[in-house]
Amino acid sequence: MTLLEFMPFIVLIPLIASGIVALLPGRNLPWLVTLLAATASAVIAAVVLPAAISEPALSYPFGNWPPPFGIEYRVDAANAFVALLVSGMAAITLLWAPKSVASEIHGRLGTFYALFLLALAGLLGITLTGDAFNVFVFLEISSLATYTLIAYGKDRRALLAAFRYLIMGTVGATFLLIGIAFLYMVTGTLNMADLAERLPELRDNNAVRAALAFIIVGMGLKLALLPLHLWLPNAYAYAPNFVTVFLAGTATKVALYVMLRFIFTVFSPDYSFVVLPLSTVLMVLAVAGMFAGSWVAMFQIHLKRMLAYSSIAQVGYMVLGVSLATATGLTAAFLHLFNHALIKTALFMAIGCVMYRTGSAKLDDLRGLGRQMPWTLTAFALAGLSIIGVPTTAGFISKWYLVLASIEAGAWWLVVLVLITSLMAVYYIWRVIEAAWFSERPAGAAPVPEAPLALLVPTWLVVALNFYFGLDTRLTVGASMAAADALLGSGAGLP
Amino acid sequence: MIDNGILRVISRFLIPFILLVGLYIQFHGEYSPGGGFQAGVVFAAGWILYVLIYGLERGLNVISLNAMYVLSAVGVLLYAFTGLAGVLLGGKYLDFTPFSANPHTAQQTGIIIVEFGVGLTVATVAMLLFTMFARRRGEWLEALEEEDEGSE
Amino acid sequence: MTVLGFFNYWVVVILMMIGFYCVIARGNMVKKIMGLNLFQTSVFILFVSAGKIVGGATPIVREGVEVYSNPLPHVIVLTAIVVGVAITAVGLALTVRIQEAYGTIEDDHLGDDIDDEED
Repeated sequence: MTLLEFMPFIVLIPLIASGIVALLPGRNLPWLVTLLAATASAVIAAVVLPAAISEPALSYPFGNWPPPFGIEYRVDAANAFVALLVSGMAAITLLWAPKSVASEIHGRLGTFYALFLLALAGLLGITLTGDAFNVFVFLEISSLATYTLIAYGKDRRALLAAFRYLIMGTVGATFLLIGIAFLYMVTGTLNMADLAERLPELRDNNAVRAALAFIIVGMGLKLALLPLHLWLPNAYAYAPNFVTVFLAGTATKVALYVMLRFIFTVFSPDYSFVVLPLSTVLMVLAVAGMFAGSWVAMFQIHLKRMLAYSSIAQVGYMVLGVSLATATGLTAAFLHLFNHALIKTALFMAIGCVMYRTGSAKLDDLRGLGRQMPWTLTAFALAGLSIIGVPTTAGFISKWYLVLASIEAGAWWLVVLVLITSLMAVYYIWRVIEAAWFSERPAGAAPVPEAPLALLVPTWLVVALNFYFGLDTRLTVGASMAAADALLGSGAGLP
Repeated sequence: MIDNGILRVISRFLIPFILLVGLYIQFHGEYSPGGGFQAGVVFAAGWILYVLIYGLERGLNVISLNAMYVLSAVGVLLYAFTGLAGVLLGGKYLDFTPFSANPHTAQQTGIIIVEFGVGLTVATVAMLLFTMFARRRGEWLEALEEEDEGSE
Repeated sequence: MTVLGFFNYWVVVILMMIGFYCVIARGNMVKKIMGLNLFQTSVFILFVSAGKIVGGATPIVREGVEVYSNPLPHVIVLTAIVVGVAITAVGLALTVRIQEAYGTIEDDHLGDDIDDEED
C-alpha cells in the first residue's frame, strides 16, 4: 500500500472531516481539524502529481465496481495539477484564517468550517472524478456550501449577493445537467472516457452539438466568463475575507478545468474547435472579458470589488490561452490558472489584513496607510507587480507563455491586447499604491497598527511563492505542459 | 390545531402508520424500490405532522434541536466510515465484498448500514429544515409584537 | 416521427421556458425559487423520459419480465432531486434572512444596484 492507493482520499478526507468538524465545539478545535484535513489532502495530491505525470492515468473504481458501471476517479496530469493547487491553496488560506475569521464571525465555528470543508471537497471532487454526472453532484455540493459561506458576510448585502449567486449558479449547473442529459441520451454512458470513445461517431448529431453548447454556457457561468460574470463582484466583495481569499484562488479555476475537460477529453479538440467555431467564440469573450474587467476595475473605489473585476479580466487571459487551441496556449492557460491563484490569494490576503485593522476596504480609507501598515501594503504592492506581469514574478511567466502562444498562432494583435490590459492593471494597482503612500492620512484619523503576525506571515508566504514560481518554473511549467499534453491526448490531431 | 378534534384523532391514527411505512421503506430498501432517502423523508413527514398538530415545543420534546444536528452528522459519518471499513479490510472505498465470505451477504450488509446512515441524515435534516423555518417565524412574530407594543 | 412523437420533449421545453421566464422576469425571490424548481424539474423529466421504454416494466428483477425501463436515469434524477431540495432550502433560508435585513423580498424595492449603497 503506497500513498498512491489513497488517491481518492484527496476528496474523501475533507468530505469525512466535514462531518466530524460539524460536531466539534468551540472556535479553535474546528479550525485545527480543518487545517489537518486540508493539509493531508494536499500532501496526497503532492504525491499523486508526479505519478500522474509519469504514468498514463490512474484510475480508482469506487466500491470495486469496474467502470463504466461504477464511478471511477481518473487522474492524469491535468487534474492532479488542479487538485494540488486547490488543496494547497486551501491549506495556505487556512493558515491565514483564524484571526480574520475571529473578527468577522461570531459563535462556534464548527458549522462554518464544516461548510468550508464541503466546499473544498466539492471542488476537489469535480477535479478528480471521471464521471460526468458526478461532476454535477460535486459542483452542487461546492456551490451550495459556497452560497452559505458568502452569506456569512457581516454586510447585509452579502445576503443579496449570495442569493443572486444561488440563482445564477443553479441555472448554470442545471445547464450543465441538460448537457449531460443530452450526452447520456445519445451515448447511453456517463463515464467520461467512455463518452470520449463513443462521441466521434455522432459528430453530426444535433443533440451532441446542443450538449456542448449547454455545457460551455453552464461552466461559463461558474467560471465568470464575461457576459456571465455578474454574480462574481458582489459575491467576492461582501463575503467574509477568508471565504473571498479561498474562492478567488480556487472556485473559478476548477470551473475552467471542467470546461477544458469537456472540450478536450470528452468532445475532443477537433470536434470543439474544427467542427464547431468554439475557438472564435471563446477568443472574443476572452478578449472582451480582459478589457471590460480591467476597465471596470480601474474605477472601483471598493478594493475587494476592484480585485473581483480584475479576476474577471484574468479569467479572460486563461480562456484566451484555451481559445488558441494549441499545446502552448493550453500550457499558458494552466500556468495562469496556477499563478493567478497565487496572485489573487496574496492580494486578497493583503486587503484582508487592511480590513482586519480598519474594517473598511474603501480606497479613501486607505490613504496614508502605507507608513502605518508598511508590511501589509508592501505585500500588496509586490503581489500587484505579479498581476501586472513584471519579470521575476509568477504573473510574468504566465503572460510570457500566453504571448508565446499568440505569436506561435500568428496572432500578433493578441500580444498587443495583452500588453494593453497589463497597462490597465498597472493603473488599478498604482491607484492603491498612490493612495497608501503618496496621500496624506486624513486629519483626525486614528493611527492604525500593523496587522498581526498571524495574518502577515501567511500573506508573505504567498507573496514569496509568487516570486519563487517567477524564478523557478520547473514545477509549474513542467506540470502545465504535462497537463496540456494529457488533455490533448497522445497523437490527437490539432488544427 | 390541537383544539380540532377531527385533526387530533386522525393524526394520532396516521402518525404511527407514517413512521411504520418509513421504517418499512428503510429496511426493505435493498429488495424493493426505496432506501434511505425516501424512508428518511417519510419518517420526517410523520414528525412534521405531529408538530403541525401539537406545536413545535412538544415536537422538540421528542427530539431536541441539538440531537437532530448531531444525528445528521452521525448519519453522514456512518456512511463514510462504512466506506472506510472496506478500505481497511483491503478493498476499495465503499467496497463491501470484504465484509463477508458470501458476496451476496456482504453487499447486503454494506447497503443496509449505508442506507441506515442516509436515512438517519435525511430524516434529521428534513426535521432540522422544518424546525429552523418554523422557529424563525416564531421569532419574527414575537419581534413584530414587541415592535407594536413599543410603538403604542 | 411526427410532432407528437416528440411529446415528452415538448413538455420539457415548455416547462423549462416557464421556469426560466419566472427566474428572469419575477422580482419576488420566492417566485424566483419556484421558477428555478420548475426549470430543474423539466430537466428531470428529460432524464426520466429518456430512460422509459414503451411497454417496459419497472426495473425490478422478478419472473416474467423481459423488457424493463432503464433504472440509471431514475437514480440520477433522484440525486438531482436531492440537490434541488437542498437548493430550495438554502434559497428560502436566504430569502428569510433578506426579509429580516431589508424588510422586503421584492427585487424592485431593493433597487437595481446593490453597488451604490453606502456603508
